[in-house]
Amino acid sequence: MTYQIIETCVNCCACEPLCPSDAIIEARPHFLISAKKCTECEGDYIDPQCVSICPIEGAILDSFGKAANPIGSLTGIPAAQWVAMIAEVRASV
Amino acid sequence: MQLKPIAQTASGCTSSGCGGRSDQLTHLPKHIREKVHNHPCYSEQAHHHYARMHVAVAPACNIQCHYCNRKYDCTNESRPGVVSELLKPDQAVKKVMAVAANIPQMTVLGIAGPGDPLANPERTFETFRQITEKAPDIKLCVSTNGLALPEHVDALCEHNIDHVTITINCIDPDIGAKIYPWIFWNHQRIKGRKAAEILISQQQKGLQMLTDRGILVKVNSVMIPGINDQHLVEVSKVVKAKGAFLHNVMPLIAEKEHGTFYGIMGQRGPTTDELTALQDQCAGDMNMMRHCRQCRADAVGMLGEDRNEEFTLDKIEHMDIDYQQAMQQRAAYQQQIEQENQQQSRGEMVISLAALKSKKSLRPVLMAVASSGSGVINQHFGHAKEFLIYEANDMDVRFIGHRKVDLYCHGGDSCGEAESKLDKIIRALEGCEVVLCSKIGYEPWETLEQAGIQPNSEHAMEVIEEAVAAVYQEMADKGELTQQHHAWLATA
Repeated sequence: MTYQIIETCVNCCACEPLCPSDAIIEARPHFLISAKKCTECEGDYIDPQCVSICPIEGAILDSFGKAANPIGSLTGIPAAQWVAMIAEVRASV
Repeated sequence: MQLKPIAQTASGCTSSGCGGRSDQLTHLPKHIREKVHNHPCYSEQAHHHYARMHVAVAPACNIQCHYCNRKYDCTNESRPGVVSELLKPDQAVKKVMAVAANIPQMTVLGIAGPGDPLANPERTFETFRQITEKAPDIKLCVSTNGLALPEHVDALCEHNIDHVTITINCIDPDIGAKIYPWIFWNHQRIKGRKAAEILISQQQKGLQMLTDRGILVKVNSVMIPGINDQHLVEVSKVVKAKGAFLHNVMPLIAEKEHGTFYGIMGQRGPTTDELTALQDQCAGDMNMMRHCRQCRADAVGMLGEDRNEEFTLDKIEHMDIDYQQAMQQRAAYQQQIEQENQQQSRGEMVISLAALKSKKSLRPVLMAVASSGSGVINQHFGHAKEFLIYEANDMDVRFIGHRKVDLYCHGGDSCGEAESKLDKIIRALEGCEVVLCSKIGYEPWETLEQAGIQPNSEHAMEVIEEAVAAVYQEMADKGELTQQHHAWLATA
C-alpha cells in the first residue's frame, strides 16, 4: 500500500515536511514517494498528509493507480470546462 | 494661481498634495507614520522614490483561493503572486544583497509567495534571519493569508518584522465559501463553509495579536463583483477597529487562460469605476491605498517596474558584493532623496485650487500621467507601461491609482485578439480627458485626440500635482469645465 507522485507535480514542497514517514523525496523533475517508506499515514493520521495538502488534482495516485484527488475535487472546476479551456488555449498557440 | 496649504480634515485628507510629502498618512499616529515613511508599498509619496523587492522562497500553500492556480507560470504573464524562479534561502539572501548594492532605492524586502510564507516557516524565517544579520538597513515584511498567522506571531516579533500584510476577502463564512474551496488545517483538508469559518477566525485573531504587539498591519482585499464587493465596506470597518493601518482593495484579475476557478467559470473583475467607487466607500472608514500595482511574488524594483531579469541566479553568481561599502552608498543616496523631498515640500508642493471655487459647479477631470518616478512628468508616452491617474476638481488634486497598459500579459498576437498597443492604451485610459507626458509622437497624438483624450507635453519635468492643477486651471479658463466631457456624453 503506497502513494505515488507523478509528473503533474509542481514541486511546491507542501507535502514534504508533513510526511510522518519521511517518505517524500525532493527529486527533479518532480517530487517522489519512497514506496518502501510510505505507510499511507496509517497509525499517524486519519487522512494521508500528502494527499490532503496537495493542490494539484491528479498529481498523486493511490495504490490502485487512481488519482487520489480527481479532476474537479479541489478547484471545483467541472471536468468538462477544464478540458474545454485546455483545448482552447492549445488551439490559440 | 495662489498656492496655499489645504486644511487637514479629521478623517484624514485624501488629497495627494495634502501636507506636502506626508500624502495619505497624515491621520496616522507619528510612530506609525515614521515606520511607513519610506515604504514604497504603503506610502504614496515613497513609491515615487523608493523600491521594494520580493523573493520567492515560499512555494507551499495551506489554502486554495478561487483566483489562484498553482499550476501556472506562463513566461508571458506577470500576474500577482505568480513566480518564475524559486529560491532557496541562501540564494534569496545573495539576490537581495546584489539588488540592494545595485539599486540603492531598494529599502524593503518582502516574502509573499508564490505560496504562503507562513506555510513555509523554515524557509521564510531563515531568509529573514540572514538578512537581518547581513543587511540590517533593509526593512522586512511578509504577506500572508492568515491561516497560520497566530502560531507565528511570536517568531515574527523575534525577527523584528514590523510590516505584515494579511489578505482578508471576507468576514462572513458564507461569502468565504464562495472564495476558498479548501484549507489544510490540523492535518486535514477542510472544505466549504467550515473551512472559511476557520480561516476567517485565524485571520482576525492574527490581526489582533499583531496590532496588540505594535506591529504594522495592512489588509489586502480582492474585489470580486457579485461575491464580496459590498461586503468589503464592512470588512474595512472591522479591520480598522482591530488596528489595521491601511486597507488595500485590489481588483480581481480573472482570464480563462489563467486556469483559475474564476477565470474558467466566467467570473468578471471590477471595472475601474467600480473599483474606485468601492475604494471611495471604504475611504470614509479608513486610509486607502491607491497606488498598489499588484506586483508578482518575485518582483524587483520600483513598484510597477519589474527588473527581475537583471538579477537571475546565473547573473548574481558572478557579482562580487562588498555590502559594507554598498551600505554606505545606499545611506548617502537615501539621504539625498530625503533632502530633495524636504526642499520640494518647503517649496510649492502643496496645491490648492480653492481659488476656483467661486466659479461654481466645475466638473472633476481625470488626467493620466506618464512618469518613471521622482514625482515628475518625465516619461515619453510611447515608453509608458502604466499611467498614474489623478483627479482634479475645484478643491484639489488627488491621486486615484494606476492603469497598466499591458495588463499582465506581454505575449504577442497569440494572446487574445490582436488589438494594437495604442488601442489598448486608449482603453486603459477610459474616462481620462488629458494625458500628460514628456514627449509624444504625431500619430498617437492624433489618435488620442480622436478618442477624446487631449495629449499634453507642455509640462515635461514638472511636478505632477502642479502640472495637473495648471492644466485644470487652463480648462476652467477656457470654459471647458462647465460642460460635460464629450466622451462621457457618448456613453451616457
